Amino acid sequence: MPKKYDTPLLDQLEKGSYPSFVTEIKKAAAKNEQANDLLGALEQCYKDKKTHWKHGGIVGVRGYGGGVIGRYSDIPDQFPGVAHFHTVRINQPSGFFYNSKALRELMGLWDQYGSGLTNFHGSTGDLVLLGTKTEHLEPLFAEVSSRGWDLGGSGSAMRTPSCCVGPGRCEWSNIDTLDITYNITQEFQDEMHRPAFPYKFKFKTSGCAVDCIASIARADCSIIGTWKGDIRIDQDAVKWYAKNGMDINAEIINRCPTRCMSYDGKEIKIANEDCSRCMHCIAKMTKALRPGKEKGATILIGSKAPFVVGALLSWVIVPFMKMEPPYTELKELTRKIWEWWDEHGKNRERTGELIERKGMRNFLEFIGVNPQPAMIKEPRRDPFYFWQPDELK
Amino acid sequence: MDKEEVKKKIYALVEKSVGKKKLKSSDIQKTISAELGISRDEVKEALKDLVDSGTLIYTYFGGSFVEIPPK
Repeated sequence: MPKKYDTPLLDQLEKGSYPSFVTEIKKAAAKNEQANDLLGALEQCYKDKKTHWKHGGIVGVRGYGGGVIGRYSDIPDQFPGVAHFHTVRINQPSGFFYNSKALRELMGLWDQYGSGLTNFHGSTGDLVLLGTKTEHLEPLFAEVSSRGWDLGGSGSAMRTPSCCVGPGRCEWSNIDTLDITYNITQEFQDEMHRPAFPYKFKFKTSGCAVDCIASIARADCSIIGTWKGDIRIDQDAVKWYAKNGMDINAEIINRCPTRCMSYDGKEIKIANEDCSRCMHCIAKMTKALRPGKEKGATILIGSKAPFVVGALLSWVIVPFMKMEPPYTELKELTRKIWEWWDEHGKNRERTGELIERKGMRNFLEFIGVNPQPAMIKEPRRDPFYFWQPDELK
Repeated sequence: MDKEEVKKKIYALVEKSVGKKKLKSSDIQKTISAELGISRDEVKEALKDLVDSGTLIYTYFGGSFVEIPPK
């Protein structure tokens, strides 16, 4: 396909040592009309210093309230190829594990029905197909779903749950993140595909407190693997680390956030009752230290990026929950949280924002969880525990 | 209550709000369940049927709403 537009401004984004999305669009433009017009439309946006995209509206596939994000150009006559340029979110497999056959099949369909451009993956985790026309949505969905894929979430709904690779590749995972994510996805299909919430709700599951997927900052409900009991220590391996040049005091002991560790030059000792299970020592001394044997997850609530109000980090509401299929306790807790949010949440108010507005105490009372020391968010500040009048009798 | 009756009530509510207020799915569930004295799950089921048949659609304008499809 011949080059249609000169793109001096976009070309500048190809300079430097980093991969460039412009280069990728140009590759797609060589064989796709939509990608070709996208180059022209983007160049025009940079030239005019304003976006020419409108988003939202009424596109979708029948029966679904999410998974397709309508995108339209406000200068369709100039760039007819991107007059419609809808995004399709495909529910990614847990942990982003694909085989090449599945990817080839999906990309074949996308070349047939869309621009050929993708985003692996969007920040929520979906496999994102960028740019198709309204009339291609239903046939694309029929093809994709007949091969076992489903759309992801969008709008005021539960968004596609995501997780770290967990036990698939990481021996330190305290929970089966992949199974939890798959199970949540199946359980809450209705909440994902038929938006009924005040705003979006995200689940992210991390196998341990290293939190490779940053669930604590990016999910309304962060599920983070943890353990009960003492950290297991192999003192011979500790000696091996010391012998091989590790400065155990500098790298491990002094970096423990709760100062619960000591090292006498021979052995490490841990005051486990003071450990906050941050995983720093275990992740640094993988041969010498292991989590305790009783595994589960800490459930946190309320993180979000800055938008309506500022960014929030998730807040502990259940310090330890056993995570075994069918995860009944987690599902029941989730439904209580949604019930409270549905009752009190304003339009476009996230759970974390509602908790800030109504108070953690109000929230905990409704979901039936008692305040505990592990919920204290900042030292010397207890914003949610107050005596009730009848408790003072 | 007969599901068809619930569907009619939902449709009438959405129709009445055209041009005045965009209704969220939860608005419909709350209103209809209170009006008919039925559970929200029953309203949800009826709403699902209406969307599946294309009688109503979901739209997105900064939030997700339920509306009558354009002609």
